[in-house]
Formats: sequence, structure tokens, C-alpha cells
Amino acid sequence: MSVLIDKTTRVLCQGFTGRQATFHCEQGLAYGTRIVGGVTPGKGGGTHLGLPVYDTVAEAASALTPDASVIYVPAVAAADAILEAAHAGIPLIVCITEGIPIADMARVKALMPAATRLIGPNCPGIITSGECKIGIMPGSIHTPGVVGIVSRSGTLTYEAVAQTTAVGLGQTTCIGIGGDPVHGLSFRECLRLFEDDPATRAILLVGEIGGEEEEEAAAFIRDHVTKPVAAYIAGTTAPPGRRMGHAGAVIVGARGTAQAKKEALARAGVTVVESPARMGEALARRLRSP
Amino acid sequence: MRLHEYQAKAVLARHGVRTPQGAVVHKGASIADATAALEGPEWVLKAQIHAGARGKAGGVVRVARDEAASMAGRWLGGRLVTAQTGRRGQPVDAVLVEEPVAAVRELYLACVLDRRLGQWTLLAGAEGGVDIEEAASVIAHPIAPLTGLMPYEGRGLARKLGLRGALITRFAEVAERVVALARACDALLVEINPLMVTADDELVAGDAKIEIDDNALFRQPDLAAARDPLPNDAKDEEARALGLQYIALDGDIGCLVNGAGLAMATMDLIALAGGRPANFLDVGGGTSAQKVAEALALVMSDERVKAVFVNIFGGIVRCDLIAEGLLMAAQRFTRGLPIVVRLVGTRAAEGQALLAASGLAVEAVADLKEAAERAVRRAGAP
Repeated sequence: MSVLIDKTTRVLCQGFTGRQATFHCEQGLAYGTRIVGGVTPGKGGGTHLGLPVYDTVAEAASALTPDASVIYVPAVAAADAILEAAHAGIPLIVCITEGIPIADMARVKALMPAATRLIGPNCPGIITSGECKIGIMPGSIHTPGVVGIVSRSGTLTYEAVAQTTAVGLGQTTCIGIGGDPVHGLSFRECLRLFEDDPATRAILLVGEIGGEEEEEAAAFIRDHVTKPVAAYIAGTTAPPGRRMGHAGAVIVGARGTAQAKKEALARAGVTVVESPARMGEALARRLRSP
Repeated sequence: MRLHEYQAKAVLARHGVRTPQGAVVHKGASIADATAALEGPEWVLKAQIHAGARGKAGGVVRVARDEAASMAGRWLGGRLVTAQTGRRGQPVDAVLVEEPVAAVRELYLACVLDRRLGQWTLLAGAEGGVDIEEAASVIAHPIAPLTGLMPYEGRGLARKLGLRGALITRFAEVAERVVALARACDALLVEINPLMVTADDELVAGDAKIEIDDNALFRQPDLAAARDPLPNDAKDEEARALGLQYIALDGDIGCLVNGAGLAMATMDLIALAGGRPANFLDVGGGTSAQKVAEALALVMSDERVKAVFVNIFGGIVRCDLIAEGLLMAAQRFTRGLPIVVRLVGTRAAEGQALLAASGLAVEAVADLKEAAERAVRRAGAP
């Protein structure tokens, strides 16, 4: 078991023939992901990586019945691509693109059907270890196991994955929800998915400064999560008022500090680690003595 | 990207919001020429920096007209330290000179892009001029994405603030224009604080802050041209040109990391090990040897740096190529700075072997915590 995706998931790719998409789809196919085709406007009717290419998502959706679509189109066109996939009825959309104007994402949020699940943008994607890799994460560090990982970061997520692999726990599914202030799936929604997944025995949450999603996650954990949760929040040493790489990683006034997030999570019974080098170890210890 | 107050007021004026009669004086320009059109016996001088709390720090003063030139002249080219600037303060390269406005009342008005709701929200307060974090009663009114703010919504807010008569419609107009401005300019924040009410029922923007979404600057060319980098952050601009995310900090350990989250985590690790990072630097998640080399050169050119910590989670990127990039850059510098490198990912062992064989002061450490501790030790013991 896993959440959202597994080895049966049929994946479409938007921006399919571009350089980034080509590289990461090759990696995905090598990992065993069932990529069924792609979309590049103007290149419909051809093939790429041995798979069919369509001009529109609607055409691809009716021909291929994909369960998910991954988006690698440039920032100026990404909001359009998300809505194209959503309105073609694709239930899960994973947007890797970085640098989308926030106003565009506000429009996407307003117009996206409620049933559509969006992961990202500005995220590494989602992977179910050993089964299905949708995104840009290195497949080799993932091992099938028992930890569900949810994170706002990219390479820091890989760090969390590598650590849970190193301590012998492995992962069920790992979801990068993205570093933008306005984005799709939230910590809370991912926690719900992991809580309901029988194969996930423990959850690792990797947050960072900015916004209030970690605080909302803490409230949800307190009321609804029975599985052990460990967390690391990046940016304890970040200066206020500066955007730390991610558009969403900014402390505004006294809001969005790492300290407030760590305290809220600790109060909800989460094992909060101060050191990003101790994420896997803390979870392993928590699982041994709950 | 933050606009200066004088830039923000110009944008507000273009969108039909009244601002005080004023003129901006830049460093090196003639104050007399710049203020020739201004009237009245007294003027308000406002130092233009990218930080608040200027009033308490003496960066906003009311002076007699004939004292304005000498006061502005003293400020320009100097630095202003406020509660929000840090110890070094910020350089004053422009002064806004305004005719004073007699306010009978001050309000608060802002439009922010609410990240949780994913839409713009209007904030209106019956009390202006105060720090909004401490203000007791600010009304938050979400904006419908398709319509913007409707006039009736503005009138409703005006009544909630206790406004009467002509001010009700006037307030609704200003609120509508502020929302329209935010949407048209890709603003994350438009704040008018205070919004001054005059005796003849006019509304005037006393102070203004606007922050534009960096991701949208490609479609806001006029605003992008208004960028005013801080001179003490020259490296920020150099890094920006290289496509790197760089933020200068106070410490002495230079950091070079791929990915923003891991870069913040690296700063945290250095602090846990008892050291202080000199910078935040994200070379991008899927980085290249070339980019790493450019980034290393940037970090090493910082004279405060006593040791460099390179933390690369290679993933798909080949670590041997990254190692070659590091060596290329390290060889160009003769300072003999200790460099601690942690490389993880594809061909990490080959990358570390390359570094070990180079004969340069580059140490490869595989464990994350140990690598941070080593960098801190190296910075402390030259």
C-alpha cells in the first residue's frame, strides 16, 4: 500500500518533448513508472521516448485515461497547464515548475475543481518507493518501507529519504508539497492520507519558515493522527524579512518563525529534531519506544 | 521586490490614490531644483530605506523650509539605523520631501496576498499609524477572484470603520483602487499606513509600502526597472546575475548548498555546531559543475569568510563533475581557505577521491553533522 500513486498509476507528461521533461521521464521510465504519453502543443501525432504525443491534454486524456499528469512547462505557461489538466478531468496533477507568479496560482486555486488534487508547484514531485516516481527526485535513494514523508523542500527531502533508508525504515510514499506560498496539497491533507494508509507506520514532516501550515499540521496531528510523527523545521537561523530561496520561506514580522512551528508541533506530541542530520534516527527511536 | 516609499506613492498616484505633494531628492542631485515646486513654510523629510521604524530612529522629521536642504544633505550618502535594519543600518540614497498633511483621523488600509486562502485580502483598520502587528482591530475581507472589490463591499467596510457621509464612498473608491493596483501590479502587499483623513473629507496616503512578486517581474517591466539593490548587498546582485540565490549574513563560514531547504538546514547545522554562517546560498536543486564553480568563487571572494562549507546532495547530478567544478574554482584562489565538502549522490565516492587527490585544502566529509562541525573547527583554527 501507499498513498496517491502506485505501480498501476498511468502518468501523462505536459511539456513532454522539452529537455527537462525528457530527462526526467527517461529516469521515471527506468524506475518502472507507467508513463503513457505526453502533451506538447503543435507536436501532436508524433512519438517521443517511444510514447504518443498529443496537442492537448483533453485529447491525451481521452486516448490514454491517465490517473496523473506531471507538468514541466515553463513558469509563464504553467498555470495554464495546471488548469488544462484539471479541466480535462485528471485527478492528480504534479507541477514541478519553479517561479510561477503567485497571482497565477491564486487564479488556479479559484478555478480548479474541488476534486482535483494538485501537488506543488515548485516541488520535487511524489514517489512511491519501488513503484512509481513522478518528478525529479533521485530514485536510487528510495527504499520500500514504512515511513511517509511530506516536505516543503527538494534536496532537504532527499536528505530525509536517505536518512530513513540508512536507519533501515524505508519509505511508503514521499510527497514534496513545494516551496511556494500558494500551492496545492497541504501538510494537513498529506497527513490525512498517511494516517489512512495501512502500510505507513510513521510520518516524517519537513517544514520551513514562513506561513502557518506547520501550525495547522500540528493541530491536525493533535486531533486526528495516531501514528508517530517526527519533524524538522528549516530556518531557525534565518533572518526575518528575507525570502530564503523559496518564495514562501519568509518570516513576516513575528509570524512564520521556526520557533513557533517547532513549539506547536512539540505540543501536539511530535518528536521535533533540532538537527537536520537526525531526522531518520529520531523516527527510528520513536518507533522502537513509542 | 520592495519599492521605496516614493516609488510606492508614485504607483498609488498612477492608480488614482491621493498622496501628499512631494518631491524626491537623490544623492548628488540639487535639492533646490528637486523641491522647486513645493510650497508651504514647513516640509516633512523622509529617509528612503527598505525598512520600517524610521520615525523613532529620526528618519522622518518636520523642518522649516529653509532647513530642509541642510538636513537632507546630511542624510544623503549616510546610513540610517532603525529597529528593523540591523546594526549596520541602510544607506540613504534618496530623501522624500513632502508638504505636511493635516489629518483629523488616521486609518489603516492594506491589500495582501493571503497565502493560506490563495487570494487577495483587504485589511482595514480604524486606527492608522501604528504597527499593524499590534493593532487590535483590523478587519480582514477576502477579495473574490473574479470580481475584485465591489463598491458595496468598500462602503460596508467604511461603515464598520465608523466613517460617515462623503467619506463612505471616498473610502470605497480608495479600497477598490488599492485592490485593482495589487492585482494589476502582481503585488504581494500594498499597505497605506496611515491613510489620512483630512478636514475636507479627503483620503491621503501618508506612508506606503508595496512589495512586488519577484516571479512576476517578467511581466512588470516598469516596476522591475525600479529595483534598488542595497549597496551592502552587492553580492546579492552579483549572485542574482549568475542565477544563484544569495543572502549575506553576519558570520564567517561561507555556505554553498543546492536547494533552499537544505541551504537553510545547513545554516542551522552550523549554528548547532557553535559557528556562524556568512551567507545563505542556494545554487539550485539540480546544479551543474559550472554553477558550483561560480558560486564557490563568489563565496570565497567574501573577505569575512574563514572557512567554506560545501553541501551538495547530488541526487541525479554526478558528484565527480561537481568535484571538478569545485577544484577548478578553488585553484584560482590563493588565500588557502579551508574548504569542507560534503558530496552525496551519484558517483559520490569518485567525487571525494578527486578532492582528496587534489592537494588543495579541500576536505571531503561524508557525514552531514560531522561535516558541519569540521567547517566550524576550521573557521576557528586557521
